[in-house]
Amino acid sequence: MTVLSRIAPQLIVLAALIALVSVFYPGFLSIDIQNGRPVGPVIDILKRSAPVALLAVGMTLVIATRGIDLSVGTIMAICGAAAAWALTQGLGAGAAIALALTAGLAAGLWNGVLVAVVGIQPFVATLILMTMGRGVAQLITEGRILTFTDPGFGWVGSGVALGLPVPVWIWLATAIAVAVIMRRTALGLLVEAVGINRRAAHLAGVNATVLLIAVYIASGFCAALAGIVVTADIRGADANNAGLWLELDAILAVVIGGNSLLGGRFSVAASVLGALIIQTISAGILLAGFASEYNLIIKAGLVLIILVLQSPRIASEWRLWRDSHRAERGRT
Amino acid sequence: MNTRLLPLYATIAIFVLAYALAYSQFPAMLSTRVIGNLLTDNAYLGIVAVGMTLVILSGGIDLSVGSVIAFSGVFIAVALRDTGLHPLAVFAALLLLTTVFGAGMGFLIDRLAMPAFIVTLAGMFLARGAAYLLSVQAVPITHPFYKLLQDAYWLMPGRGRLTLIGVLMLAVVALGAVVAHRTRFGTSVYALGGGAQTARLMGVPQGRTTVLVYAFSGLMAGLSGIVFSVYTGSGYSLATVGTELTAIAAVVIGGTLLTGGSGTMIGTLVGVLTMGLIQTYIVFDGSLSSWWTKIVIGLLLLGFILLQKGLLRLSQRGR
Repeated sequence: MTVLSRIAPQLIVLAALIALVSVFYPGFLSIDIQNGRPVGPVIDILKRSAPVALLAVGMTLVIATRGIDLSVGTIMAICGAAAAWALTQGLGAGAAIALALTAGLAAGLWNGVLVAVVGIQPFVATLILMTMGRGVAQLITEGRILTFTDPGFGWVGSGVALGLPVPVWIWLATAIAVAVIMRRTALGLLVEAVGINRRAAHLAGVNATVLLIAVYIASGFCAALAGIVVTADIRGADANNAGLWLELDAILAVVIGGNSLLGGRFSVAASVLGALIIQTISAGILLAGFASEYNLIIKAGLVLIILVLQSPRIASEWRLWRDSHRAERGRT
Repeated sequence: MNTRLLPLYATIAIFVLAYALAYSQFPAMLSTRVIGNLLTDNAYLGIVAVGMTLVILSGGIDLSVGSVIAFSGVFIAVALRDTGLHPLAVFAALLLLTTVFGAGMGFLIDRLAMPAFIVTLAGMFLARGAAYLLSVQAVPITHPFYKLLQDAYWLMPGRGRLTLIGVLMLAVVALGAVVAHRTRFGTSVYALGGGAQTARLMGVPQGRTTVLVYAFSGLMAGLSGIVFSVYTGSGYSLATVGTELTAIAAVVIGGTLLTGGSGTMIGTLVGVLTMGLIQTYIVFDGSLSSWWTKIVIGLLLLGFILLQKGLLRLSQRGR
């Protein structure tokens, strides 16, 4: 029940968006079955949400610790390049996925150590990998777009299982697994404690250093999954453009999910809904016949609205105004 | 010795050392042609880095500059194509627009008390989106005045070209140095970066300084956009993606503390030239691929951040 009331605003926004798009494009909710696979705008949105939804899961944890991970888009490119390299070397799909996931974990470890052990601000620490990582990815692909034809690996990106595209299952499973691990154990509470006050958490006996590193590793792992999905979908690794700007979409998804950028309480479900909202907006703009150029402006507007809603200063001024208003009313 | 200036000395030492190494391998590196091109190719980056230095000195960050540069280029190109205005009038309108845009972001950062990077992230989306709305395609600039600007250079001995935009960059750095080191506003910026609370108690007008800092950064981004449009002769809404990160890297390599409150303008110039030098060296070498630029810049960035961390710890132990 509490979960439902927490994600209610996001659900309402999503429902309103779906209604709005349906007005402009009546066939929005229709789903056909063609060649045994479901086809329709909704399925398309669910599938295309996969990268941002996956990134948002990891980003939620990082932001809950009062951090930020700007390198996720780049990690996607590195992992995609690693997977494609493994496939072109004749290694199987399993080895390619294992290699990509290892690369993601290593990238997360690098970020985590820089943040938690060296003590660099998260925003700067992940910026280093963000600038450097594309070079590393290009080093792996040698500047080319590595293509491959492995059907097993391709299935991860464009296959269908149990009536839904495989990427949808991947992000659903990741989000549910992370949410369960965080909420059915004390882990979520500890992450929030570190985010609210690292020093206090440390004094209370929380091993903040290990927890912070683990959070960045989780973000790297999610980015690796996203990289695998994207690479498998287009059957090629593009070191320059894979995951470009997606870190911003992931942050936006987390913020739309009502998670505070100042750390503390978080909801994985709300972040994933945020990713769906972003994707529904982009799809809706196209389906309603507007130019896709409006997308960025709408996103900017969204960020601004959320900033105003989250602002500590506006909130305190509003409280002050309300209280003085009440006091006045009490007097008369 | 002043430990605060140590990163600057390190930057200069690395630049001189790198240049010496490059010179020993390719003697042509020291010709005026290479030096002239180094200034011209990095003019837009140098100008935007001056604005970024001031923002970082104040303890903030401005992620919108790359998008603002792209917007400026498209704005100029479309305005010159569709109206009969003189380029100088367009420049004036553009600089006003980007300054107001920067001031608006500064106002929001101060009023909402939200992290600068998320506010300027919204600005980044907005400016890029506005550029898309103006034109998705690259728009060439064919005005005769532009030809005049592009051909304005002074032939140095050794046939190197000291171009107008290269000189403009040096002038902007000098202006930035005066603003940062010789004005009351500059002192306020340093104080704010050193600690907002302390600065407030000292009587620094926090709101006004924040707005002015981002307005200055917006002005520099607009100017950089003009220079970039002169350099490329066109406006393209997808240009300069990621320039904000390059500018931040240049500022940090230049010895400015990312947490604010310490750094110099001249260091930023050296930082920009160091990055330009790496690129020039890779072009000279020919066998190294361009992606090494990113890796080397990333490693340099890491090295300087670690150096700053170490110095900070050292100075704290000394107290």
